[in-house]
Amino acid sequence: MVIELERVAMSYGGSELFADISLKVQAGSFHFLTGPSGSGKTTFLRLCYGALLPTAGQVRLFGQDVRDLGRDGVAHVRRRVGVVHQDVQFLDHLSLADNVALPLTVSGRDTPDQMDNLDELLNWVGLRPRAAAFPAQLSGGERQRAALARAVIMSPEVVLADEPTGNIDWDMSQRLLTLLVELNRMGTTILVATHDMNLIRAAKSQVQARVLRISGRRLQLAGADL
Amino acid sequence: MTRLRNFLAALAALVIGDPQADRLVPPTGFTARLTTFAAGAMAFLAVFALALSLAAGRLADRWSRDLAQASTIRISAPPEERAAQTAAVLRILEATPGVVAARALPPDEAARLLEPWFGPDLPLDTLPVPQLVEVQEAAVGFDPQGLRLRLSAEVPGAILDDHTRWRRPLVAAAERLRGLGLMSIGLIGATTAAMITLAAQAALSANAQVIAVLRLVGAQDRYIAQAFVRRFTLRALTGAAVGVALAMVAVLLLPAAQEEAGFLTGLGFQGWHWLVPLAIPPLGALVAYLATTAAARRTLTELP
Ligand SMILES: Nc1ncnc2c1ncn2[C@@H]1O[C@H](COP(=O)(O)OP(=O)(O)OP(=O)(O)O)[C@@H](O)[C@H]1O
Ligand SMILES: [Mg+2]
Repeated sequence: MVIELERVAMSYGGSELFADISLKVQAGSFHFLTGPSGSGKTTFLRLCYGALLPTAGQVRLFGQDVRDLGRDGVAHVRRRVGVVHQDVQFLDHLSLADNVALPLTVSGRDTPDQMDNLDELLNWVGLRPRAAAFPAQLSGGERQRAALARAVIMSPEVVLADEPTGNIDWDMSQRLLTLLVELNRMGTTILVATHDMNLIRAAKSQVQARVLRISGRRLQLAGADL
Repeated sequence: MTRLRNFLAALAALVIGDPQADRLVPPTGFTARLTTFAAGAMAFLAVFALALSLAAGRLADRWSRDLAQASTIRISAPPEERAAQTAAVLRILEATPGVVAARALPPDEAARLLEPWFGPDLPLDTLPVPQLVEVQEAAVGFDPQGLRLRLSAEVPGAILDDHTRWRRPLVAAAERLRGLGLMSIGLIGATTAAMITLAAQAALSANAQVIAVLRLVGAQDRYIAQAFVRRFTLRALTGAAVGVALAMVAVLLLPAAQEEAGFLTGLGFQGWHWLVPLAIPPLGALVAYLATTAAARRTLTELP
């Protein structure tokens, strides 16, 4: 099991976002996570890569309780879990290529071999011509694709994507979806948070995906309505 | 200048590893130059404190050597009693603890001592020049009070002149000065540590966003800290190297004079002591390394 949540509750300060959530994410599966704005999708994903600790219950990543990880442990988990954030952050003084290569750099794996991979990867997301550009010079779609490339450069076992199509047009959204589906076909576990129902519908024709919905502080399996 | 920096960078890379980490933190320009400047200024001051303390040390050593050497006893007696009194004084000195040797000055030596005051053609025979006895003290010295009492009892015409004893407080002062010099070096080191801690802390806080991104992509705190540590260590090393070089040139250009001429002109380095300031840049780098490491550890645990 890649990610397991057991009776997890989460609250910031006083108000409880959700309670008693249990979920098992199997290796190689494809999940969507939906819910209204503010329902806690981003919070849920943060729980799934060790950026947050649940207020109650247990989160296990690759079988390990996140409470036992410590900072270095979390750092190691992040090398196995690629994350595309809702508000993508780059280092503004580094080029796009350097930013995408960051996970390699900080783990000391920036070998020439891996750098060839980088080239291939940039090609895969269609950003090779923009490799030398700085983050400030990129469009929203380019940033999202760069974020995806950065998330997968370590060949992670899991990719968590938070609104990866948040601010891009439909064509670009579909391109990104295709990239995620391709990754899933190669065995990567995918969890995508989105409120874009069209995207979920489009995905259903390409891949077997479970759709989870946060509603009324609970996690429900949706799908019948899709 | 760039070659020096390249060399130092290579040296530091050897010690602290991955220069890549440094690149991940945006360059800081002005504050970086301030750190280098501060390290340089502190190293400059440290060289002078070192020179002061070494010079004071030399002075203390020499003066206490002189002290160990000589007191004199003056014997004013009628010519016919002179030999007998001199013999009596020498006998007493032989029995005095703390006296290494005593020697009656022959007349020609006495004349030479008086020459500066009375000229070379001094008719010694016609003048009542006292007989001088030179007393060599052991390091512990003798008891001047006791010796005076015995002399006045047995040889009334003999007067103990321990004129170099006035230097004793000077020796103490010189030794104190050496201590103060060393203490200044300690303070300079501590101030450097404080300044670099402040600068590093500021840099870490200013780069909270960068740190967040680095953590996002799986960087361990050790790795993130290294980026800052490397940077500040290099700056301190560069600054201190320049500061020491300038200070040593300044010391070299101090007006040269015989050490005897005075304390001020003796403020340089001597012999192998010229090598001592070369330890300052590595020590400065070490201070920066420790200060930044501690600051980074603190800040990184505080950051969410
Ligand atoms: N660090 C935080 N401290 C306090 N409250 C927070 C924090 N992060 C999120 N919240 C609150 O928790 C709730 C859920 O936030 P979250 O970002 O998880 O929602 P979301 O489902 O991702 O929303 P969106 O679709 O708009 O991205 C919101 O009401 C938000 O204000
Ligand atoms: Mg969100």
